[in-house]
Amino acid sequence: MATKVEAAASGTANWLDERTSIGSFVKYFARKLFPDHWSFMLGEIALYSFLVLLITGIFLTAFFVPSMDVVTYHGTFETMHGVTMSKAFESTLVTSFQVPGGLLVRQMHHWSALLFTAAIVTHMARIFFTGAFRKPREINWLVGFTLMILSLAAGFTGYSLPDDVLSGNGLRIIDGVVKSIPIIGTYISYWLFGGEFPGEALIPRMFTAHILLVPGLILGLVAVHLFLVFLHKHTQYPGGARTDRNVVGLPLFPVYMAKAGGFFFVVFGVVALVAGFFTINPVWNYGPYDPSPVSAGTQPDWYILFVDGALRLMPGWIGGHPFEWVIAGYTLSWNILIPALILPGLFFGFLALYPWLEAWATGDRGERHVLDRPRNVPVRTGLGVALISFYVVLVIEGSNDIVAMLFHLSLNDITKTNRIAIFALPIISFLITRRICFGLQRKDRELVLHGHETGRIVRHEHGEYIEVHEPLSDQELWLRVSFDDVAPLQLEPEFNDRGVRRKGYKWDRFKARLSRFYYEQRIQPVTPAEYEEARHAHH
Amino acid sequence: MSTDEKQQTTPTHVDGEWVDPGLPYHRPRRADVDPKAAKRAERQVAVLFGISILGTIASIAVYFAQDQTEEVASIRLVNGLLGASLFLAMIGIGIGAIHWARTLMRDHEMIEERHPMRSSDEGRAGAIQNLKDGAEDSGLTTSRRTLLKGSLITAVAIAPLAVLVPQIGNMGGDWNVSQFRHTMWKKGTRLARDPDGTPIKASDVTIGSVFHVIPEGLNELEHGKLEEKAKAIVLLIRMDPAALNLQPGKEDWSFDGIIAYSKVCTHVGCPVALYEQQTHHLLCPCHQSTFDVANGAKVIFGPAKRPLPQLPIAVDDEGYIVAQSDFHEPVGPSYWDRLKGTTPEPTAAASNEGADA
Repeated sequence: MATKVEAAASGTANWLDERTSIGSFVKYFARKLFPDHWSFMLGEIALYSFLVLLITGIFLTAFFVPSMDVVTYHGTFETMHGVTMSKAFESTLVTSFQVPGGLLVRQMHHWSALLFTAAIVTHMARIFFTGAFRKPREINWLVGFTLMILSLAAGFTGYSLPDDVLSGNGLRIIDGVVKSIPIIGTYISYWLFGGEFPGEALIPRMFTAHILLVPGLILGLVAVHLFLVFLHKHTQYPGGARTDRNVVGLPLFPVYMAKAGGFFFVVFGVVALVAGFFTINPVWNYGPYDPSPVSAGTQPDWYILFVDGALRLMPGWIGGHPFEWVIAGYTLSWNILIPALILPGLFFGFLALYPWLEAWATGDRGERHVLDRPRNVPVRTGLGVALISFYVVLVIEGSNDIVAMLFHLSLNDITKTNRIAIFALPIISFLITRRICFGLQRKDRELVLHGHETGRIVRHEHGEYIEVHEPLSDQELWLRVSFDDVAPLQLEPEFNDRGVRRKGYKWDRFKARLSRFYYEQRIQPVTPAEYEEARHAHH
Repeated sequence: MSTDEKQQTTPTHVDGEWVDPGLPYHRPRRADVDPKAAKRAERQVAVLFGISILGTIASIAVYFAQDQTEEVASIRLVNGLLGASLFLAMIGIGIGAIHWARTLMRDHEMIEERHPMRSSDEGRAGAIQNLKDGAEDSGLTTSRRTLLKGSLITAVAIAPLAVLVPQIGNMGGDWNVSQFRHTMWKKGTRLARDPDGTPIKASDVTIGSVFHVIPEGLNELEHGKLEEKAKAIVLLIRMDPAALNLQPGKEDWSFDGIIAYSKVCTHVGCPVALYEQQTHHLLCPCHQSTFDVANGAKVIFGPAKRPLPQLPIAVDDEGYIVAQSDFHEPVGPSYWDRLKGTTPEPTAAASNEGADA
């Protein structure tokens, strides 16, 4: 019996291999090693929630009607009887109430969209804090960054498709933002909406973007992203035997086939469970889009909150100074341009280019495959936390009405506080985080030099009491002493011996300053000499 | 942690350099050393896969068991049952596979060498040679072929325009962006209730009340109803005339404390729907721009810069509130040339007409 199966398998393999040389691929991939760490799961969650999005999305396209034609509702949801609405909204109600399982799939789609963006952001934070973006992975950082932006586009276009009053107001905000763009703003608005807002073109156009353009780009870039992961081989956390020239881990087949493959089903299952019991985006409560009504506490999906928060935060006036200027009769609305376009542009621009910024400061040209413990790069970790705090202030401001209601605070006071916090909090978080990193590094030095406290007190013959310290195991020791000690770059003099000004001096000076900012204050790992000295002092 | 690892047998450092201790000690799992534990793990995995099978059967059963003509109230139950059974169908496979990997699959870490990304020197030299050869073959390297190069680059660079120009050109409708400047309101249009469209009499509007207003006739529009509504929505408020500070040049734009403002926020265009009767403040729920109705709807808080445009109103012979004209400025968010182009000028004749009724 077994031999028959084997013969059939080898026959098929032979047939396939003679036509595709798949043998070499299997040889290369099957036993490829992957390091193990829980944080490597974050990217998987992003990938798997995207797969759930594709599967549920295909289901939804069978029932959604991407049209803004007006109909009168006569479905099973009685409160909406006789209401005029677009076909898009009607078909959303039909999917929810008349298609068996339709509501579940709709809710799974929305929940996995939220999970997708959340997993991407968390995965990106993991990459950032562990320095996984360093050479040779800068390109993959950019690919991942682009995927993050695309996930926002996918989310927003999908969120707007049901043509309900909440998402319609969101689109109106987009229209207002677009119109603020100097010179061409009104034309971009016409281009998007096919004429005046809201028009009849937007839902079909967004539908194409949402089910073809954006997911197509995401799929393509996911392929590039994963190809580069295979090409570079996965990064690994520091530890015994792990170097920049090897990879230590377990083989793809069978261990990660089972673990990562199984994890897809876990993500799928958890999304199904959440969608089964927690309502999301109940558009039947909001009603179809109408430019007039709006409800208090209007919130976009979480990943757009930061832009909405920025729009709320920015004052139209400070004292007597307006943030909308009229120059030679033309209107320039800084109160919209700054929060909605310039600020996100700078924020995302900084993120995208960060690997280069750090490479300039470090002057490092080698490949880095062993991850940093965040404490060992205090400035990077501080900058990361500063960025997060900046983002969080915007998210809180984007929910300021909810916050005001929950905590019985004045809405205006929250906004005024956040206007200060947006500048102060990132600086404070940077300084505190860097300080904590230094503290943790000192603690590491302390452990290496003096070992673990055991709590055992011993009295010497001559009456002295000491606590017994136990030396670290070799693995514990290696983890704490094996990180790179980066010294700030030294600046070559501006003029050479003959008094001629060096080309590129200014650029070098910038890099040297950046390097000082990063590495001037640093805690160095314990050297073997220090270690020996401490040991002898004890004995 | 330290108890799991081997006693130190190798020196921690040699010649002033730390020494890599190599792979951590591998602690065998229960199933590695105890065949009973391995058997047990195997059964657990099989049970988990079995749960998945039951989940799949359950979800199909729920699908067929549900009464499709049932009312909305039962949807919550069906949704929960479908979600729960799908959860079991998926989680059984997932946890089963992971449990298998964690308990039964060999978990000895292995080491694989990395190779630098950089190609070997021969590889690079070969690549450069190939490119050179190719360029040679194409004739592009000879200097007299600049015409060829130039024309090719120009042709390829502009070719997308042949697709993009009609594509983009067709997408903006009639491109008549001056439509932003005008709304449906004109002299004599009655103010009507949103959404039913019944006109409002001045006598209906008590002090302190607020009406959400659309132009009469909006609901009867065949085309562009939402587009017109998006611009024409108005809030009609009656205040104690003594508390209302009429703005210079707009003294006759309101009627006995009844005043009308555009409902479209001058920030990014949300409906400014919340009226605070005590303070006479209008609040936009989207970004909390706050406008003072008593003082020309000027901005007192939030991100908006400009006051809400005021709609000049009067009362006609039958006692209905009517517009004196369109808004005198474009409503809604700012844009580059909003102050350019034509907007109707207020005339003394127009502004008093009908006000005696």
